[in-house]
Amino acid sequence: MSAAAPGTSKAAHSEVGPKKKKGPGALATAYLVIYNVVMTAGWLVIAVGLVRAYLARGSYHGLYYSIEKPLKFFQTGAILEILHCAVGIVPSSVVLTGFQVMSRVFLTWAVTHSVREVQSEDSVLLFVTAWTITEIIRYSFYTFSLLNHLPYLIKWARYTFFIVLYPMGVTGELLTIYAALPYVQKTGLYSVTLPNKYNFSFDYYTFLILVMISYIPLFPQLYFHMIRQRKKVLGHIEDYSKVE
Amino acid sequence: LSAVVFFEVEILDAKTKDKLCFLDKVRSHFSSNCLHYPQWYPARQSIRLDPKGKSLKDEDVLQHLPVGTTATFYFRDLGAQISWVTVFLTEYTGPLVIYLMFYFRVPFIYAPKYDFTTSKHWVVHLACMCHSFHYVKRLLETLFVHRFSHGTMPLRNIFKNCTYYWGFAAWMAYYINHPLYTPPIYGEQQIRLALIIFLFCQIGNFSIHVALRNLRPPGSKTRKIPYPTKNPFTWIFLLVSCPNYTYELGSWLGFTLMTQCLPVAFFTLVGFIQMTVWAKGKHRSYLKEFRDYPPLRSPILPFIL
Repeated sequence: MSAAAPGTSKAAHSEVGPKKKKGPGALATAYLVIYNVVMTAGWLVIAVGLVRAYLARGSYHGLYYSIEKPLKFFQTGAILEILHCAVGIVPSSVVLTGFQVMSRVFLTWAVTHSVREVQSEDSVLLFVTAWTITEIIRYSFYTFSLLNHLPYLIKWARYTFFIVLYPMGVTGELLTIYAALPYVQKTGLYSVTLPNKYNFSFDYYTFLILVMISYIPLFPQLYFHMIRQRKKVLGHIEDYSKVE
Repeated sequence: LSAVVFFEVEILDAKTKDKLCFLDKVRSHFSSNCLHYPQWYPARQSIRLDPKGKSLKDEDVLQHLPVGTTATFYFRDLGAQISWVTVFLTEYTGPLVIYLMFYFRVPFIYAPKYDFTTSKHWVVHLACMCHSFHYVKRLLETLFVHRFSHGTMPLRNIFKNCTYYWGFAAWMAYYINHPLYTPPIYGEQQIRLALIIFLFCQIGNFSIHVALRNLRPPGSKTRKIPYPTKNPFTWIFLLVSCPNYTYELGSWLGFTLMTQCLPVAFFTLVGFIQMTVWAKGKHRSYLKEFRDYPPLRSPILPFIL
């Protein structure tokens, strides 16, 4: 649900503190470099797609349709990152990464894709833009870190842009979910009512409201975690060389 | 005249490694429970030999610990603690009371015309009896059967545990006692089979709890390998390290079958995952502690898990 992936995935990739004794093996590193390069390229495609569509149409409206397919492809592809943690080639928490990725996937498929009426909302553009810029920086950060040649600019960008992009993304996400509510209620989308032989019910409308409410405790925690990471990583500017 | 050996003891903070205090001329029968900081109650103080290691027990005395004449201990404040008994009683009383509230259709849960009515399906009454029996059994076991190794656990656990038990109890009870509840497809056959499984596993679970209690003399914290006893329900010890969890899973599978309710299935699944984690841990510590641990045993499911 976050525009900027919090610094939890930073461990092998940041220069904070002592180096990890054993990172991923050579094969895993090669794979991860390829993965991160492909993802960087993918989100660049989305960025270019947005800009071109804007220039062609002359308005912000309905730009979602021009990047719908690559957005779905590359955002869904991020599920691999959960696998990377589970297998151990990336030293992050499976649970935390899983939560972050699945919340993005949820917004992409279960809200934006599923409720056609919200696809032309400006709020969609808001979070797509936030995600796009964030991901381009994040994946290039990982790429360079894996190659041990991290330009300070990328590191700085990663730990600075989130300050604006994260609230921007969250706003876009919340507004989109809110816009979807009336349609979900009207059509009973993804909802199950009683009676049925499994004695189970699910109200997607109420579920979406609960999701929105959950942003209240979660967003500040993730945001301030990134702020603390920023102090740690960028705080000792004098001690760090610009390029590894 | 026997020589008296004196030790020197230094206490460091486990996190910051700051020197907290230094004691000299310490006798060999000194143990960690002689050492307490007055501003925190003893249960939340952990003294250990290694900053990341396990806490020393009250019975560990200096002369039997692997230390030189200068012993270094690490101190850690465990945070607010609460007794296991208190946690268990609270987390088990909740489901008992909550389920009954749904069963009796207390106002504001279902539509007002159903207030204080009861379900027309007899399986709903049976389910209420089984669920209530289960938690009453747990409460009585907490009071009279279990012998706990640890006195306390961190305070935040009570909120976590109660949310889990109370939340799931409310979720299950809502559907089972709902005016639109649909009874099991295969009717009486299904319910009878489910009840047999449930009762069998309840007796089994109780038998294991009693067997485990009898392994341990009152007031002691010794650990021994559990073995099958004359009670046939304990013969499962031949195949499983933690049959109490096996029987617990069985009970809830029975209850799921009896109520044919998806939330009950979810609760069973989540409980099974948690109990498997616990069983694997217990199995591992049995293997570590006892050289002669029976090799045929699996943690929770015979031959499988």
